[in-house]
Amino acid sequence: MKKKVAFYWCASCGGCEEAVVDLAEFLLDALEQIEIVFWPVAMDFKIEDVEQLTDGEIFASFINGAVLLSDQEEVVRLLRRKSQVVVAFGSCSHQGGVPGLINTHDRQDVFDYYYHNGPTVQRNGNEMPTPTGAKAFHVALPEYYGKARPLNQVIEVDYYIPGCAPPPNVVKDALLQLLSDSPPPRGTVLAGAHSLCSECPLNETKPPEGFKIKQFVRPSQVTHIDPDTCLLMQGLPCLGPVTRSGCNALCIKGHMPCTGCFGPLDGVRDFGAAALSFLASLIDSNDEAEIQRIIDEGLPDPLGTFYMYSFPGSLLNEVLQKGRQKARAWREREETVEAQTTENQ
Amino acid sequence: MDTFEPKIVGLFCNWCTYLAADLAGISRMKYSHNLRIVRVMCSGRIHPEFVLWAFRNGADGVLIGGCHPGDCHYIEGNYKNLRRFLLLRKLLEQVGIDPRRVRLEWISASEADKLKQVVNDFAETLRELGPFGTELPEEPVLDIHPKEEAVS
Repeated sequence: MKKKVAFYWCASCGGCEEAVVDLAEFLLDALEQIEIVFWPVAMDFKIEDVEQLTDGEIFASFINGAVLLSDQEEVVRLLRRKSQVVVAFGSCSHQGGVPGLINTHDRQDVFDYYYHNGPTVQRNGNEMPTPTGAKAFHVALPEYYGKARPLNQVIEVDYYIPGCAPPPNVVKDALLQLLSDSPPPRGTVLAGAHSLCSECPLNETKPPEGFKIKQFVRPSQVTHIDPDTCLLMQGLPCLGPVTRSGCNALCIKGHMPCTGCFGPLDGVRDFGAAALSFLASLIDSNDEAEIQRIIDEGLPDPLGTFYMYSFPGSLLNEVLQKGRQKARAWREREETVEAQTTENQ
Repeated sequence: MDTFEPKIVGLFCNWCTYLAADLAGISRMKYSHNLRIVRVMCSGRIHPEFVLWAFRNGADGVLIGGCHPGDCHYIEGNYKNLRRFLLLRKLLEQVGIDPRRVRLEWISASEADKLKQVVNDFAETLRELGPFGTELPEEPVLDIHPKEEAVS
């Protein structure tokens, strides 16, 4: 019997769906073994079709995108019940991805920007989207949580396929591994085990030990990038050394530095901290003021540089959440004490 | 009403600042009790993640202590730490954490007095700042349901 497979997208750009289509002929071969039962972007199945399946009937669900809206949460929970294996597909469901940077903003600020203050917003009167929506058509808008979550903060996830978007070779290998008789242990990230440098064509030109960077440049600031020299040697902040391999250095072959979409290597909790650590120690200065200048000029946006794909799932985000909890608990305690003192008086 | 007492995690290098703390102890100096010391072999060993873990597990401030510039036992560990520290501080500031919660000081093995001063001063700063997270904007608590378990 063919194994049932489902695809779903949450807060994502659609690139991960494209990654499935990019499998091309292999997808046709795979269809000998698998049967797609749900794929909203490409096939006409409804949510009711999934509801009618028995629990665990789907072999694997591939879910891309971060969870940002209430309907996304509902569907991924449904798919979790119906599936034996859930695979977080792509950076957004793996670690939060680019939509995850929304977590650094307040829910109301995001709303105001998109409906009032954005430079391209032109409003008609006071029209506003409301959660109940256009009642005449019996549709309701899902609730916007204001925080993007990677898939493993919402449901139990068995495997991860990293990448923004995952390249066809990674998806193909992952599918073959999952369909094989001896699938990898649960929790595995289905890509390379070493750092990107190990498969980078420029690895032979890697900097000698003790190499330092005097000035960081962004790709948009340089007119010429030497395609045959390690990008770090040219001052471009390439995150390859701390990023998982598997993509065959696609960006570097396109003369762009790695931005870390494959996420951290095994055993690293916080990708951004690892990237920050390695890049900062390359700065060529021992003088505090000069180091500060090199950082301010070359790395003006550390959060966007180091946490572009990993913020919601990062330790840094956990630190902020814990901090808010702690501050809230302290405020509440102070209020109770205050109330008691007034009572005693 | 009881006042807030901050928790300070001190990441001290084995060759200078830790010895300064040792000397302070032997000399029976009194300094703020808020400090919890973690000894590392070199300030260059301090990964930014250490600082994040300290905050994650309840610290209100992190004090990093290393040898004076030029005095590192491993020649340039303290410089590496300085570079990471400056970039980390910028990152923390960007996400809304008060940069005064992390502090880097060069304290040599003989400077027990300086250690005492720095710790007292840092504790005072943190008392003014309040518990970690006070400076972060308040947010509504998300109604997050428990995680869905896999079908066994």
